[in-house]
Amino acid sequence: MSYQEKKNVVSLLSTLLIFGFYCSYVFQVHQESTELIDNFRFWGASILILIPVSIVVKIIITIVFNIIYRITTNEIEPSFSDELDKLIELKATRNSHYVFILGFLLSMGSLVIEMPPSTMFIILIFSGLVSEVAGVITQLYLYRRGV
Amino acid sequence: MDKLLIRSNVRKLRFEHHEMTQQQLAEKVGVTRQTIVAIEKEKYSPSLELAFRIALVFNSPLEEVFFIGKKEASI
Repeated sequence: MSYQEKKNVVSLLSTLLIFGFYCSYVFQVHQESTELIDNFRFWGASILILIPVSIVVKIIITIVFNIIYRITTNEIEPSFSDELDKLIELKATRNSHYVFILGFLLSMGSLVIEMPPSTMFIILIFSGLVSEVAGVITQLYLYRRGV
Repeated sequence: MDKLLIRSNVRKLRFEHHEMTQQQLAEKVGVTRQTIVAIEKEKYSPSLELAFRIALVFNSPLEEVFFIGKKEASI
């Protein structure tokens, strides 16, 4: 397995890990106060907190992964993205956007059929997760199968 | 239109040039080793610029490094 493939597997696992912890936190708050669940301020804050926390955790995980990679393989990870990396990244971003747009439309649809705002936010957050997973899986697939 | 399969002699040319490693070739043309692996396994057709860079390293004409193989399924 190449460095890029390993990096994508780690990225996938860290995304699922961060999202798992985030969901358990929101679920806990939901258990404590059911009034909060349809509060826009609560959802806005939850999303705004999730973004910087996930960025910081991902940076830490990437640094740890690079250190472990250097120790175990005696190889230095590539310090730049070449044309193949950029092409694969573009295709992955495109697929990721398609999935997120689908999730966004579904979330708007939930409002049209008069579902509570919390449903809309849950669909929106889940579509964020699924779109990221779709992007990582696209990268893994293209690195393995070729472009 | 039929999809063309771009094949390469990169692996053969590396061995003919003092058994150059994939990493050495990658450094000379400014890509990662993974990209050289993908080109050799015919999983990736390089850009025209990269193809010329590789040909320049081997001091060979482009068509000696890359050539069109048998046709694949229609797209």
